[in-house]
Amino acid sequence: MKFGVVVFPGSNCDDDTHHALGAVLGQPVEFIWHQSEQVQGFDAIILPGGFAFGDYLRTGAIARFSPVMRAVTRFARGGGLVLGICNGFQILLEAGLLPGAVLRNQGLRFICRQVYIRVENNDTPFTCAARVGQVLKVPIAHSDGNYFCDAATLADLERNRQVIFRYTTPEGKATAESNPNGALANIAGISNREGNIVGLMPHPERASEAPLGSADGLVIFRSMVHCLTRQLGIPA
Amino acid sequence: MLETEVKVTPEIAAEHGLTPEEYARILRILGREPNLTELGIFSVMWSEHCSYKSSKVHLKRLPTCGTRVLQGPGENAGVVDIGDGWCAVFKIESHNHPSFVEPFQGAATGVGGILRDIFTMGARPIAVLDSLRFGPITDGAGAKHEDVLRNRRIMDGVVRGIAFYGNCFGVPTVGGEVQFEPCYSANPLVNALALGIAKKDELFFARARGEGNPVIYVGSKTGRDGIHGASLLASAEFTEESQQKRPNVQVGDPFLEKLLLEACLEAMRTGAVVAIQDMGAAGLTCSTCEMASRGSTGIEIDLARVPQRETGMTPYEIMLSESQERMLLVAERGREQEVFGVFRKWDLDAVEIGRVTGDGMLRVLDRGSVVAEIPAHPLAEEGPVYERPLSPPARREAGSAVERLITFAPVATDLTPNFLKLLAAPAIASKRWVIEQYDHMVRTNTLVAPAAGDAAVVRVKETKRALALSTDGNSRWCQLDPRAGAMHAVAEAARNVACSGARPIAATNCLNFGSPEKPEVMWQFSQAVDGIAEACRALDTPITGGNVSFYNETLGRSIYPTPVIGVLGILEDASRALGMGFRSAGDTVILLEGRAPWTAQELIAREFSSSEYARTLHGITSGSPPAVDLGAEKHLVDCLVALADAGLLCSAHDLSDGGLAVALAECCFASDGLGVEASLDGSEPAEAAMFGESGARAIISATPAALAAVLALASQYSLTAHTIGHITRGDFRIQYNGSLVLAAACGSLRAPWAGSLESVLASADGTGKE
Repeated sequence: MKFGVVVFPGSNCDDDTHHALGAVLGQPVEFIWHQSEQVQGFDAIILPGGFAFGDYLRTGAIARFSPVMRAVTRFARGGGLVLGICNGFQILLEAGLLPGAVLRNQGLRFICRQVYIRVENNDTPFTCAARVGQVLKVPIAHSDGNYFCDAATLADLERNRQVIFRYTTPEGKATAESNPNGALANIAGISNREGNIVGLMPHPERASEAPLGSADGLVIFRSMVHCLTRQLGIPA
Repeated sequence: MLETEVKVTPEIAAEHGLTPEEYARILRILGREPNLTELGIFSVMWSEHCSYKSSKVHLKRLPTCGTRVLQGPGENAGVVDIGDGWCAVFKIESHNHPSFVEPFQGAATGVGGILRDIFTMGARPIAVLDSLRFGPITDGAGAKHEDVLRNRRIMDGVVRGIAFYGNCFGVPTVGGEVQFEPCYSANPLVNALALGIAKKDELFFARARGEGNPVIYVGSKTGRDGIHGASLLASAEFTEESQQKRPNVQVGDPFLEKLLLEACLEAMRTGAVVAIQDMGAAGLTCSTCEMASRGSTGIEIDLARVPQRETGMTPYEIMLSESQERMLLVAERGREQEVFGVFRKWDLDAVEIGRVTGDGMLRVLDRGSVVAEIPAHPLAEEGPVYERPLSPPARREAGSAVERLITFAPVATDLTPNFLKLLAAPAIASKRWVIEQYDHMVRTNTLVAPAAGDAAVVRVKETKRALALSTDGNSRWCQLDPRAGAMHAVAEAARNVACSGARPIAATNCLNFGSPEKPEVMWQFSQAVDGIAEACRALDTPITGGNVSFYNETLGRSIYPTPVIGVLGILEDASRALGMGFRSAGDTVILLEGRAPWTAQELIAREFSSSEYARTLHGITSGSPPAVDLGAEKHLVDCLVALADAGLLCSAHDLSDGGLAVALAECCFASDGLGVEASLDGSEPAEAAMFGESGARAIISATPAALAAVLALASQYSLTAHTIGHITRGDFRIQYNGSLVLAAACGSLRAPWAGSLESVLASADGTGKE
């Protein structure tokens, strides 16, 4: 089993994601430079947080054209696991691998703080080790995380259980106050129809060790490990 | 070239800010008259900012040596040994004037500049702290409403600028402080501190070595931004085309800086880089002559090869441009392709623009012909040094408005209403509005987040250790007594670091003052330096670098003297890092005190009249700062470190702005809804006991089981440990000499504290609701 963390020139959570998977979970993990034309040999790809190309234009708008994105798209279309965190989520949206878009935060400011997200669907490779309704304490750090899509798309997302994470109170209530950025329906993370691509604004890699404030984010990486272990037929 | 045709006269030299003596010195060094480009180069290298000509004689008094110090002042940043082959690289720098002219870009490029100082030494930046000073952001106390609105806009711009740069670059902004005084209304202070780590044997220095080695320009293209146009060219008529008065503030590109960081560190790993220096103040001029001077070599460059983003730039403009995100490096001849390869990978310009020579000259060519030729060492190191006149300010007359001392409230007064006002004062109130705009978690090392503890604590993943940092400076105290005020700044920063469990090991300073040409300002400066020197000696925190910012004046009025001290500490075991938040109900609360309080009522009143309480509640800033007892401070620091090391504490928080009451409230606010019940006795009036700000004190909490061991350690360090109460579930009650002086539910204390800044700043940028 091997994880790949894509490095765009302005990725800045690449090391952190590598650390969470490698040093904390002990999984094999390697970086993939954005100019790379292929992603062979990897079993899961993570697009990390950061500012891929400075994002002065629109988050992820340039990154989607990086050569590696053609390879990631092929990998994803073939059923490979792809996780986009924060800027990675934004890139997946721009690349059309996930539906919808993110707008500027409602307050028009960058927000960095711990938030609570509720697991809405554990029937995915990214949440299979979690319970439905489980509340995770995971931080956000973004200016553009205000998820938006049209009504039809939202209805699709809800019907197909593609909303994977929602912002809630610590008790698990999806209220307006618990929504940090104005995201539609408190959406913090979604999947594609098939469930093998997930993007979320919060940073699970920053919630992977208790001394940093929370280890709740690990359940996402652990789920991926469980799922791949089963898929690859690795004895547990 | 148009410029080389202009004959330089003493008048033109004067317009460049050079005195007749300085001009004569230039003539001596060159043995001839300079041309205009050369004059420009001298004027910027010998400016106060680059040459430290007014401060040099005083800075010599600072202690700069210590067992851990690997590099003191004089390089791009200070370096201290943190063990296991690793070292910490850190420095603080000001970006005050640009931040007033253009708050967003001024602050952003301030962060960019200090980050380059760190990675130019081969270190990866792991933390930034910002020490900010603004004019009042709330009405009242004689502040004009339009000033208040402008101060809010400035603060909003500065915070956004810092966030814009640091967040994108990928360095956590983990701490700092924000203070407000009317003197900063038209002269805000933006001091940025950056910390990096590097392997001890992989440090890089700015020393050009090896005759014939190529000099390579990397990073952003050179433009006309940041040329000292307004001040240097002033009203000169000689270069018509270059006279467009561009804004002098540089424009920052944090993405480019991120590329530069990764590319520089990767290029350094090839082993083909000999020396490297960033282009900050005075751009190409400073980097070339300083690298040559430090390496005892010369450098020759051809400006035609310098990547330019505008056409028709003159040699004068290219040499003086302060375009951001540029570096100059010297590579090993024959291995330049390795360096170019790395920069190509990161899509950055890297161009050989010259070579190292053996003749000690800074020689600047333009398409082959010499446009400037100056001996590098005299240019960089033999600038003028002034021993400017000093004189203490006129004595304040006893009984004058300035000397109005506080009158204490009668015994047994309920102080809760005053406490609520104090908690809402911008200086005391929660800085959450600021903190949350900064990414303070990226790199996943932040063990103690901003406002969660006295110092920011970041772990060093490669070791078991963590580093703690705090910046401090109370300018009100420095105005009243610069020497004592400066000592307090060092003591508080060290205390903060020790409260987090870390041993203070080194310091950096940013000295913000008015015009050095005023004898009173130079006196303040000299006093402050003495205070810092004495405190740093006493607390074993040598100064490893920093920056002096003079001419912080508006309409002839100087700012308060504002020395800002950053202290770095080390935790041998990262898991021992402590926050200020109370942990569990039932824990014991202890007041550690290094020095007995005064009994003389007049001394108490004098010291209390300089407190935040006196200012907020009575509009009084007078008297004197609390007396400094460096011996007691040292004992407290040592004791706190020992207590943390022994794992005896649940929390620690020093007493500073707002005294005991505010400290206790902050311990509650940083907890999960806990409160405190405390009772103490004393001979001071209740207000002084609750809100007095004398030093060498801290509030710690421990489980009842650990109490005996805590008290034993405290007495071992000659500290008085008062067991004043215990942690409760939500109520805040303090008795003094038997009467209840402060009582409220923590939630009702928290509300004004938590919402104060947000309520005035949310719409500071005019975008409407937050």
